[in-house]
Amino acid sequence: MSTPALGAANEAGQESILVINLRKFRRDRFAVVSAVTVVIFILMAVFAPLVTPHDPYDTDLLRRLQPPVWREGGEWSYPLGCDALGRDLLSRIIYGARISIFIGVAVVLLATVVGTLAGLAAGFLGGIVDAVISRIVDTLLGFPYLIFAIGLMGMMGPGLENIILALVYKEWTISCRVIRGETLAARELEYVEAARAVGASKAHIMTREILPNVLSPLIVVATTRMATIIILEASLSFLGLGVQPPLASWGSMVSDGRAFLLEAWWVSTFPGIAIFLLVVSINVASQGLRDAFDPRLR
Amino acid sequence: MTAVDVRPPLVETRSLGKTFDTRKGLFGRLLVRGRHLIQALNNVNLTVDRGTTLGLIGESGCGKSTLARVLLRLQEPSRGRIIFDGEDITEAGPPRMRELRRRMQIIFQDPYASLNPRKTVEQIVSLPLRVHEKLARKATRDRVADMLERVGLKAAHLNRFPHQFSGGQRQRIGVARALILKPEFVICDEAVSALDVSIQAQILHLLQELGRDLKLTFLFISHNLSVVGYVSDRVAVMYLGEVVEIGPARAMLVDPRHPYTQSLLAAVPRLDAASGRRRTLLSGDLPSPLDPPSGCRFHTRCPHVMAHCRVAAPPLGELSAGHSVACHLYSGQRPAGEAS
Repeated sequence: MSTPALGAANEAGQESILVINLRKFRRDRFAVVSAVTVVIFILMAVFAPLVTPHDPYDTDLLRRLQPPVWREGGEWSYPLGCDALGRDLLSRIIYGARISIFIGVAVVLLATVVGTLAGLAAGFLGGIVDAVISRIVDTLLGFPYLIFAIGLMGMMGPGLENIILALVYKEWTISCRVIRGETLAARELEYVEAARAVGASKAHIMTREILPNVLSPLIVVATTRMATIIILEASLSFLGLGVQPPLASWGSMVSDGRAFLLEAWWVSTFPGIAIFLLVVSINVASQGLRDAFDPRLR
Repeated sequence: MTAVDVRPPLVETRSLGKTFDTRKGLFGRLLVRGRHLIQALNNVNLTVDRGTTLGLIGESGCGKSTLARVLLRLQEPSRGRIIFDGEDITEAGPPRMRELRRRMQIIFQDPYASLNPRKTVEQIVSLPLRVHEKLARKATRDRVADMLERVGLKAAHLNRFPHQFSGGQRQRIGVARALILKPEFVICDEAVSALDVSIQAQILHLLQELGRDLKLTFLFISHNLSVVGYVSDRVAVMYLGEVVEIGPARAMLVDPRHPYTQSLLAAVPRLDAASGRRRTLLSGDLPSPLDPPSGCRFHTRCPHVMAHCRVAAPPLGELSAGHSVACHLYSGQRPAGEAS
């Protein structure tokens, strides 16, 4: 237990659990480097128009499949080379980060809100509510993720909003399960019983007594899931079911370069490296978060 | 006592029973055969008179805490009635229960689990006020500060979190929360068991003092006989969900009648080991409540077991004024047959 001695409690005790956990996180070098990488990607996405050397949609047929700067025929103003339509790869990758991160954040946020509410209701109310929600969750988890998303995209048609919807349809089950489990445990605690003994309403007990105490595992779950979502979005876009051209998405860029893999490998490879870097960084950073925030590992 | 209180007892139970079903969900209900019902409470008849303290003793798992929760309707009884202040509250609806809750409160065992770690002391102690009395923020704060001082804490503690207090201080916060509405009936569910012995004494004194000042009626649950004997007017002993003996505290401690009570008392360590006390040692474990023994539930461990005990359950019969025991050993000594 991290209960400080009484004398020191007044100073040390004021510090929130969050601050203590963040300090633990800082000691994990690898995780910190990864977190910085993620932040760089995010900044890149947010300030894309300011940091890109060229317009990512500008075609220049003279620069068709131009190689990266260190190869013969490459030049500094197009450091990673150009794609089949002569568009600057670096600029497109930077704009692609926008799509990936936006979709990742949007899906995880929406899914977490929906999943938390459903999980809280299922765990606390139990009975028929729990039975219905849990069966829906079990059914959805029975589908392979990508197949399910492909099916939904097929029905709804491609497009940014539809990708987000197609992924949220299944993604909420993750946080729902986590919150349901935590709620089941928290519901039996004596402080919840104390609130019931006082006559507090169910709404009060759910939102004020239980909810704040079940949220912390979500920090870790949400970051881990973000990586998975980014991969899924890339997969959908690679299959042509995702973001539509001319919008730049890493998945569709990998797909675009497929036809020229032998003569111009860079068109597919650099977006692939971008996906790899971002996903690995998110995973390592979330692993660090998990180590710092999970009291069972202390 | 000068005047006889003609009002009914504050709390009374009639044949109270609680059964838990160990099967989970729809499939469990369809698939599990055999024993799946736990009788946590069986035919419990108790009365708690106004202004008195009833002590309740028993091993863990005997149904003490279930009784506490059923009495407060935190769990629903399966059978029997609960009478509070002359009113049958067994089926009282949610609005009525809400009103009643300000008159009955509970102090929990674990001073760590019973306080929400993310709330300040003010939020925790003021919750009953916010539910039952819509006071202005300032007035609420003053009431909480008053209550904190009454239980030996300071108004300066209002904005602290539970983890900044010691176990004893936390239990004082729990006491403040339970008593801020000035209830009539307070259940202490192992309220001091988790504390150091020196702190136990402090909290017991605090409870006694507040009990006198606020004219509280207590149900004091514990597995610790010396604690219960110290605070109680009357003592009841439970075994496997049943009350096996109930009587005045002195009589129960000096001259227990039920073999189970005797063995509990023999287990209390004493300094005068040479006094040659008769020791009744229990053998075996507590039987599973899923499969309680036939006849007298205590017969599997009773040193005085007779053939009759395995077949018929002994009823709770009065031995002397206010002292009842459920045991076949005394079936010939009931007041009716006392002449023999």
